[in-house]
Amino acid sequence: MRVIRFVLNGDPVETAAPAHWTLLELLRYGLKLTGSKQGCDKGDCGACTVLVGGKPILACLSLAARAEGQEITTIEGLMPLHKSRGGSGADPVQEAFDACGALQCGFCQPGMMLSTRALLNQHPQPSREQIQAALSGNLCRCTGYTQILQAVETAIAQSTGAPAPQPAWARDRELQGQEPQS
Amino acid sequence: MLRLPQFELIEPSSLYGALAALAEHGPDAMVLAGGTDLLPNMKHGLFEPRMLVSLAGIEELRGVQVTSEGGLSIGAMTPLADVADHPEVRRRAPALAQAAGLVAGPQLRSMGTLGGNVMLDTRCQWYNQTHFWRQALGFCLKKDGTVCHVVAGGKRCVAAASNDSVPALTTLGASLRFERLGQARTIAIDELWHSDGANNKRTEGGEILTRIEIPATPAGHLGAYGKLRDRGSIDFPLLGMAVRLDLDDQGLVEHADQVVVALVARPVRIKGVHEALLGLRPGSADFEQALVPLAEAARRQCRPMANIPGDEDWRREMVAVFTRRTFLAAAEGASD
Repeated sequence: MRVIRFVLNGDPVETAAPAHWTLLELLRYGLKLTGSKQGCDKGDCGACTVLVGGKPILACLSLAARAEGQEITTIEGLMPLHKSRGGSGADPVQEAFDACGALQCGFCQPGMMLSTRALLNQHPQPSREQIQAALSGNLCRCTGYTQILQAVETAIAQSTGAPAPQPAWARDRELQGQEPQS
Repeated sequence: MLRLPQFELIEPSSLYGALAALAEHGPDAMVLAGGTDLLPNMKHGLFEPRMLVSLAGIEELRGVQVTSEGGLSIGAMTPLADVADHPEVRRRAPALAQAAGLVAGPQLRSMGTLGGNVMLDTRCQWYNQTHFWRQALGFCLKKDGTVCHVVAGGKRCVAAASNDSVPALTTLGASLRFERLGQARTIAIDELWHSDGANNKRTEGGEILTRIEIPATPAGHLGAYGKLRDRGSIDFPLLGMAVRLDLDDQGLVEHADQVVVALVARPVRIKGVHEALLGLRPGSADFEQALVPLAEAARRQCRPMANIPGDEDWRREMVAVFTRRTFLAAAEGASD
């Protein structure tokens, strides 16, 4: 066992794990934070994405020892960190994913939202191409990418006070000459 | 769920500490860089080292420096994302910046390192699988077995070199600095390779790749990297190709080179590229005309095998497509 000290979602943590445990195993089975998902477990899917020092990395291919001295954010930390900065409710990214229905099974969502949060912290107003590039390491096997991109753009609109983008289905109906339903 | 086998983790904070640990533990120890290749391979039961020597805490192995001669000296532990974004790499070695930026996805580029990409294990669809999967097929030449599933009756492993950074580094004439306790050697990247997929690198026990040195490129240097893959992200190359064009002060090609990876166990330099493009002006009709026979010559020289996913006949046809496409992409740099 190795003692590991780090800052998890804003709080200092002192814990221990065997050398061969991954960071994902430490989070899920040591600290009982099951928001970070165990998908492919070999670096393909991005479901285990967490932020280390603000950068998205894959917890399934990081040793637990890598956490030492780092600041780590998991999906469980988005809302508390948002509130600690004076915000109310959930992180705007979480609100936007909810409002846009940017999930089907929901398994990719923690990783998607953390990759989005990291992007928006660095580039508050990214282009569509930048959003796609930033999320290109997160797979959604329900292939709900349209709503996911719309959710990110909605979160951006909310932070800038701009009107939220029109939902994809409303655009489709307009193209078909129908009035969008409210 | 894929678990790592048990091992002991050594986390030196200096290069000397890492070299001493490797010298002490010999073949029981393996070097851990970013972990994005070794850890999934260990989860698949392909490696079971008793010790891992992590290089993550060694600051002296990180960072990009411009040398006094105008070349680049890149620490082996520099993350691929940093190589891709570094303004001097983009300016002096554009093919390398492009290649580093096309490795895997954003998370893996923050974790994976340039040195790790050079030292990447070869890949094969019969090898990069779980122990259960491989056992069901009676294993293979590269690991635990005696038969090759790619070449019937094959006695030599043909797993593919899949390092995105290597074609670019080869066209750039990079050299690699390896260190072991009390010794150091620098070799041209060309000299690293065997054509045996089971072990395609001429390395010695106890060594660590510490730096990648790239000589200065001339003012008229152009380069590009083309990568064939199923998706725009995450995947290893089904074909990876770097091209180099150096222009003289008239804007005419004075040096040209092309290196391809993800075919066989070692990178392949295409023959006749320099002669085919010498003296031509990128962007001109003559240049584009010369790419037609060159693309066909490259296709003839490349023989992809059924070692990695993607139909090998399709991958071979794509050699010609990517030859044309990648040289045109490099030529576009001339008009910037």
